Amino acid sequence: MTGPRYPLLMAALSTLVAALFLASLLTGPAGIGPGESLAALFRGGDDLLALVMRELRLPRAILGLLVGAALGMAGAVLQGFLRNPLAEPGLIGTSASAALGAVLAIQTGLSAAFPLGLPLAALAGAALSVLLVLMLAGPRGGTLALILAGIAISALAGAATSLVLNLSPNPFAINEIVFWIMGSLADRSMLHVWIAAPFMGLGFVLIWPMRRALNALTLGEDAAASSGVHLGRLRLMLVAGIAALIGGATAVAGTVGFVGLVVPHVLRRAVGASPARLVPAAALGGAAVVLAADIAVRLIAPGRDLKLGVLTALVGAPFFLHLILKTRREGL
Amino acid sequence: MVRRLGLVAGLLAGLILPGFFQPAAAEPPRRVLSMNLCTDQLAMMLAAPGQLVSVSYLAQDPSASAMAAEAGRLPVNHGLAEEIFLMRPDLVLAGAWSTPETIRLLDRLNIPVEVFPIEIDIAGIRANIRRMGAVLGREAQARAMLARFDADLARLSDAQGPRPRAALYAANGYSSGSDSLAGEIVALAGFDNVADELGLPSGGVLPLETLLLSDPDLLVEGRRYAGHARAQEVLDHPALKALARGRPAEVMSDPDWVCGNPHILRAVSQLRDARLALQARP
Repeated sequence: MTGPRYPLLMAALSTLVAALFLASLLTGPAGIGPGESLAALFRGGDDLLALVMRELRLPRAILGLLVGAALGMAGAVLQGFLRNPLAEPGLIGTSASAALGAVLAIQTGLSAAFPLGLPLAALAGAALSVLLVLMLAGPRGGTLALILAGIAISALAGAATSLVLNLSPNPFAINEIVFWIMGSLADRSMLHVWIAAPFMGLGFVLIWPMRRALNALTLGEDAAASSGVHLGRLRLMLVAGIAALIGGATAVAGTVGFVGLVVPHVLRRAVGASPARLVPAAALGGAAVVLAADIAVRLIAPGRDLKLGVLTALVGAPFFLHLILKTRREGL
Repeated sequence: MVRRLGLVAGLLAGLILPGFFQPAAAEPPRRVLSMNLCTDQLAMMLAAPGQLVSVSYLAQDPSASAMAAEAGRLPVNHGLAEEIFLMRPDLVLAGAWSTPETIRLLDRLNIPVEVFPIEIDIAGIRANIRRMGAVLGREAQARAMLARFDADLARLSDAQGPRPRAALYAANGYSSGSDSLAGEIVALAGFDNVADELGLPSGGVLPLETLLLSDPDLLVEGRRYAGHARAQEVLDHPALKALARGRPAEVMSDPDWVCGNPHILRAVSQLRDARLALQARP
């Protein structure tokens, strides 16, 4: 059934991502013509339009692409690994814990002294929470235990984030809670690209060789072990990979929920339910969703910094409910 | 026509009614407590010795208050009803932004509260100075202060020729337009306000890219607060730094920019110097 469909799907997704990347570059409050904008992007010199394109729109588009790819990929991997359709970095508390790590790094001054401290702390938070969820929900990740553990960890990390921001001497720090809960790509710079991209790249490198093992895992752990999958190693690599992806993404963009839930689901049937094929497809799909959402927030409420998570939750939450109903019907 | 009649009636009422409701200036209050940074400063400038018994804790913060040293000699309050009640004031001065719950509670405890509106222009500042003089029973001092203020302001108002354009930019990308105290300061110093050109006379969030393309002559940045906030990161954005290169930039220091009182003339003078430097350029 897969035959030529999979390459076709990947080609279509890549084209979509490229088109949305271009559209993201051309979307902004300034309203400059597309030709002029792109010319300014490649033009040297210090004029203001070139500055806008290179220092504002380009990093925003790159981060939309990277953050979306990281979220989609992490969702696909988590669902494949836990064999649970409800696993998602936002829902099981990984993103909230990464946000707590990032906030701690910022408020203690670690990130100011050492720029990589920000994504490192976010990574540490994400890794801790994934390990905690695995411990609480067990390696098989029963749905109820998984969701309950996720809710508890999310609530705890969210409360700790609010506490840290409440204690800050800065009167504006409190507003930041919304950013860490809802995520945004407004006014990011190339610096944010440089500090986050290596981590998301690392996550990709760790996860990529593991995707065949995920296929073997669909037959159950015993079957996977007998076909030569080293489960302990697989678990370690996936936890590290997911932590790097979510840590890097959350450190610069806050928590963008539901992307990792919806995208793998939409694409699962198209890739023939193979986790190995789903991982790259979900990365492209996630990039498309976040780029589209980031274009939409700029079109719906220009200049108001509408949060990305608002849009992804509006689409994702009903989808989540639908999944719960479906899971219940299937008696899981 | 009807609307105009209504306006005239309103104006007349505004002229007459305050006279009606003013308590027959028998006894000036003896224990005055202020719970707002701006009323704190006006009261410290106008009150008789010993008349002011407490100011808000913000008045002692040198990063917010222009009179931190004077405030250091007074006990502070945090705007809490219980604490205020225990200080037994016979008059409480509050700002329009003071917590309404506290004011309602003080009302029920029969403590008179005078709520001062926010000053967003010279007329508002003059009205508040006069009113502060009236409620404290210090009309003569208020009149003297107004005369000094007017004279100082007249000396600074010497803008001629084409007005250069200034952009105000603070945390969260907030830009103040001309309908604000900061906007009034910019206008008094002889600048046009970029926020007005962009349709934000009451202020609003200015996307960084819109600010860059507006190409202002002067950049007036918001002050930084201690600790970190993502809201302030925009002030360190490489694109804003690139814009600030090669054009003058000033910083709004809260003590001179937040409260409508004669201290704003320091901010006016600071921006006027920047304008004179700009206009002296070839």
